[in-house]
Amino acid sequence: MTPLDLPGLTIVELQKLLRAREVSPREVLLALHERIESVDPGINAYLWRDLDAALAAAEAADVSLPLGGIPLAIKDAISVEGQPCTCSSKILQGYCGMFDATAISRLRAAGAVPFGRTNMDEFAMGSSTENSSVQPTRNPWDRARVPGGSSGGSAAAVAAGTALASLGSDTGGSIRQPAALSGVVGLKPSYGRVSRYGLVAFASSLEQIGPLTKTVRDAALLLEAMAGVDPNDSTSLDAPVPAYSSGLETDLRGLRLGLPKEYLSDAIDPEIRSAIDAAVAQFGSLGAEIVEVSLPHTEYAIDTYYLIATAEASANLARFDGVRYGFRAGENGGTVAVPSAALAGDDQTGTGQRPSLQSERSTSLFEHYARTRAEGFGAEVKRRIILGTYVLSSGYYDAYYLRAQKVRTLIRRDFSRAFEQVDALISPTTPEPAFLLGERAADPFRMYLADIFTNAANLAGICAISLPCGFAGAAMANPLPIGLQIMAPVLEEMRLLQLAHAFEQNTEWHQRRPAL
Amino acid sequence: MSDLDVAYVARLARLELTAEETALFQTQLAQVLDHAARLREVDVEGIEPAALALPKFDVGREDEVRPSFTQTEALRHAPRAAHGLFIVPKVIE
Repeated sequence: MTPLDLPGLTIVELQKLLRAREVSPREVLLALHERIESVDPGINAYLWRDLDAALAAAEAADVSLPLGGIPLAIKDAISVEGQPCTCSSKILQGYCGMFDATAISRLRAAGAVPFGRTNMDEFAMGSSTENSSVQPTRNPWDRARVPGGSSGGSAAAVAAGTALASLGSDTGGSIRQPAALSGVVGLKPSYGRVSRYGLVAFASSLEQIGPLTKTVRDAALLLEAMAGVDPNDSTSLDAPVPAYSSGLETDLRGLRLGLPKEYLSDAIDPEIRSAIDAAVAQFGSLGAEIVEVSLPHTEYAIDTYYLIATAEASANLARFDGVRYGFRAGENGGTVAVPSAALAGDDQTGTGQRPSLQSERSTSLFEHYARTRAEGFGAEVKRRIILGTYVLSSGYYDAYYLRAQKVRTLIRRDFSRAFEQVDALISPTTPEPAFLLGERAADPFRMYLADIFTNAANLAGICAISLPCGFAGAAMANPLPIGLQIMAPVLEEMRLLQLAHAFEQNTEWHQRRPAL
Repeated sequence: MSDLDVAYVARLARLELTAEETALFQTQLAQVLDHAARLREVDVEGIEPAALALPKFDVGREDEVRPSFTQTEALRHAPRAAHGLFIVPKVIE
């Protein structure tokens, strides 16, 4: 084996070599660095790396630890002490993590080496990674297409073999959807399974940190290192963490799998439909019983999701004000925007003054905020702040936000009822395979529909995984990966991983790699 | 149709928008809100709202002093700082 093959390995494969001393953590990092240098310029999955710092950490790594010497790529929304943390946003330009997120400190304790920041849709708002203020990331299977999003850099790096594995975050599908479009495994843990401490907040009641990997076993390894209650996240669950990676083998006979009929509408791509049919048959041949179930409020999930997520975002992103950290309009040679009509209204400063529009400098605090945010945020972030502020505003709160929260209760109830009949649910992860760069950029609503099958799991707080289950356009030059989604009740990650592992062991989709 | 007024909401959100952005968001968000109007079809009579996926209540921690950032650390990323303070535009004339 040449050193250049190392980054394409799974964590489990690499661990064997590391523990047998056939390779050193240093050699792994150097091979990874070389692979990134040669491949990433055509993919743009990475925003930043520090080889020297990672080499120092790798040389100190104890390879007998569960993840000893394993480098990991980290989504730019998760804080790592001393590394840039910008959420791919101009407003966080120059910001560096002041502490390790709990997920990161736990992975470090297990021996892993955080190496490199991956690109994302700005503040995790998007389904294509085109909303990055830095660069779009390309799909390794077809560079004219998107890798999905918002954790598109994390998914593309694993697919391209420029990362052993990576971390992402999933608010409405941001791990599973790019995993599906890029042909890798992506796991969204149950809400509260992994601490959110150190994850830059977008929609606090929905999001979770999770792994993107080449195999289900690798995802299990990362989950068991990260999971567990954390005093720094009051929503983290105080439940035992099973040894996920050593409990994967199971007999599917007697298990009941539900096929939600609302997820198999005519709207899905016919090749995705056939891949899901084949997956269902595969589970049947492994002894699982397949039953059709109904989740009657499915059609309302996307609206419920976008009202709740944007409401929470509008509050969470209020902290970006150009005072304590981040970009500030008019500083450091930054430009000062021409005041728009939007500012020429009533006094909004609460200080008894009208915002002055005379000066080139931000003369009032109101203008300072409004201009900093105007120049610091990209279009999708602004759009969502506006929507979220509106649905929380006086006169509209009950009609939109409160009603959405009530429908959220009904969506959760749908899942509780379904899980009384079945052990897990299976569905496509996305209605379509990867779309072309630019294809949906001008149509935000159509972009939102990319998450139509993934939103509900976040609303209900259940765990869900996407894994490769086929290819669309198999006869074409660039066949595109298809993702199978499995959903299981809260804290039933073990069952979820067992089902996914059984499917993976009996198929070869996860072994395919894009030609790069 | 919703009665969303993007220019007004932008002021609430402390967000300066260009005339082009205001017009574009007005059209795009009206489409999102028109779609979301379907939620009115749902019978939510007597249904409790869900603020969290898995509600947890009364989570506290021990009332004890813990290490936190020093003043220097807290000011590290300030766009403008002096005398150990964040410097902001003048608030009171």
